[in-house]
Amino acid sequence: MRLINRRPGGLGILASAAIPFALALILYVIASSIRLAENPDDKLLPDLSTIGAAIERVAFEPDRRTGDYIFWTDTGASLQRLVTGVFLAALVGLAVGVPNGLVPWFGAFWSPAIRALSMIPPLAVLPILFIVFGVGELAKVMLILLGTAPFLMRDIEQRVRELPREQLIKAQTLDATSWQVALRVVLPQVLPRLIDGVRLSLGSAWLFLIAAEAIASTDGLGYRIFLVRRYLAMDVILPYVAWITFLAFLFDFGLRRLNRRCFPWYGA
Amino acid sequence: MIEVRNVWKRYDDKTVLEKVSLNVERNEFITIVGASGCGKTTFLRMLLGEVEPCEGSIFVEGEPLIPEPHADRGVVFQRYSVFPHLTVLENVLLGLDLANARWLGRTFGRRRTQNVERAREMLKRVSLERTAGNYPSELSGGMQQRLALAQTLVKAPRILLLDEPFGALDPGYRTDMHELLLDLFGELDLTVFMITHDIAEGFSLGSRLLVFDKPRVDPHNPDLYGATITFDLPVGHHRRLDSIVDTMNVKPGQE
Repeated sequence: MRLINRRPGGLGILASAAIPFALALILYVIASSIRLAENPDDKLLPDLSTIGAAIERVAFEPDRRTGDYIFWTDTGASLQRLVTGVFLAALVGLAVGVPNGLVPWFGAFWSPAIRALSMIPPLAVLPILFIVFGVGELAKVMLILLGTAPFLMRDIEQRVRELPREQLIKAQTLDATSWQVALRVVLPQVLPRLIDGVRLSLGSAWLFLIAAEAIASTDGLGYRIFLVRRYLAMDVILPYVAWITFLAFLFDFGLRRLNRRCFPWYGA
Repeated sequence: MIEVRNVWKRYDDKTVLEKVSLNVERNEFITIVGASGCGKTTFLRMLLGEVEPCEGSIFVEGEPLIPEPHADRGVVFQRYSVFPHLTVLENVLLGLDLANARWLGRTFGRRRTQNVERAREMLKRVSLERTAGNYPSELSGGMQQRLALAQTLVKAPRILLLDEPFGALDPGYRTDMHELLLDLFGELDLTVFMITHDIAEGFSLGSRLLVFDKPRVDPHNPDLYGATITFDLPVGHHRRLDSIVDTMNVKPGQE
């Protein structure tokens, strides 16, 4: 049988997906033990038990100074900022993208401005955000909003324009007003595409979140990583990075499931 | 009922239609044939109100044609005529709900029950009552076109515009669709314009056949002159279904 016609079965899929992860782990353990054999005080590649102890310390023991379980308060703070920012960005994306794509006059007015806005590197205006909104939660949420909303606005606008002309005509021959076309024809068809757009923009949302937390914050996953960097505490940084990766994966997975559940007609 | 007066359509240097004039009586069934790119679809889109003529004008019952798509003119395209995000029932229900609920676009309670009943009757009329809960992507091409017809006709338009509605269907199924269309035409107060690339369909289905063609062609600049109605023939016996079905059995799917 040709190579291109051979497909992995159930166990084959699982095993071939797991092997790269297992390999990475084994490589890490070997590299770590080599370095530790040379210098037991090496902090760069701590062994698994050290990492385990660090996880135990930050996740399951109250902090000596504040009494908080740092790991979980960091996670909570970060997720709150991320979800608020991305949710607002999605709302703005819909509220601007749908009229932009559907109403020619609206688009003529706003599209060029949004194209210009989306060219501004969000991190370049971070200092302005801190000056205007202070160093509290608002500036961080605004950075995520500013970083992801322009993409979503333009993406949704494009999706609306891609709807077949026939559908919009048909709706009008069913006596739909502009508002009804937007509400009953465009909006429901754009929602699953919005969720896909959010999945794509979550990567940059995390980037902006961690950048904002690294610069001005007192808690959060990004804040912690940049704080313990000063002590070369790789035993904390590594699990934090793995945890962030896992959370990002969960979001993506959850949104994909949500799309399939809520919009069974989508992609059919 | 419909009067087309010396209509022209140009796009930049390209003339698509020239000197198109036509008078159509109520309850005529007009089939339109012609080579590709001969302005058939442009003409239909003008009747739809989607395209404006550069010169000339169109009147419906003495009034100038409303220059945008409107509920008095129903339409079925070859593709994309139904809404993929709505079930079969919801697709038919949409037109009824839109009229009853200007802001929400959907009805509730007794109104909804009434509308659902009307939609179900319409679905039964096109034999789709069993698939009421399915999404269009789960239907065959022919079923989707029947749904598109039901969705349009539930609004009782006076004019029905069909742009190669059966073009993508296989010939056997097309015959069923012809019967259905003629039945509905007999029952409802309709004036039909139907574009087809199937000459047999054009001759047998309608009461009047229009041929679009370019009477003048400049070999060095084929876009210089546009197409117009070159033949306008009374055809068919559309009120006698049997004879039509016979005709079509004699020359099935002849192009």
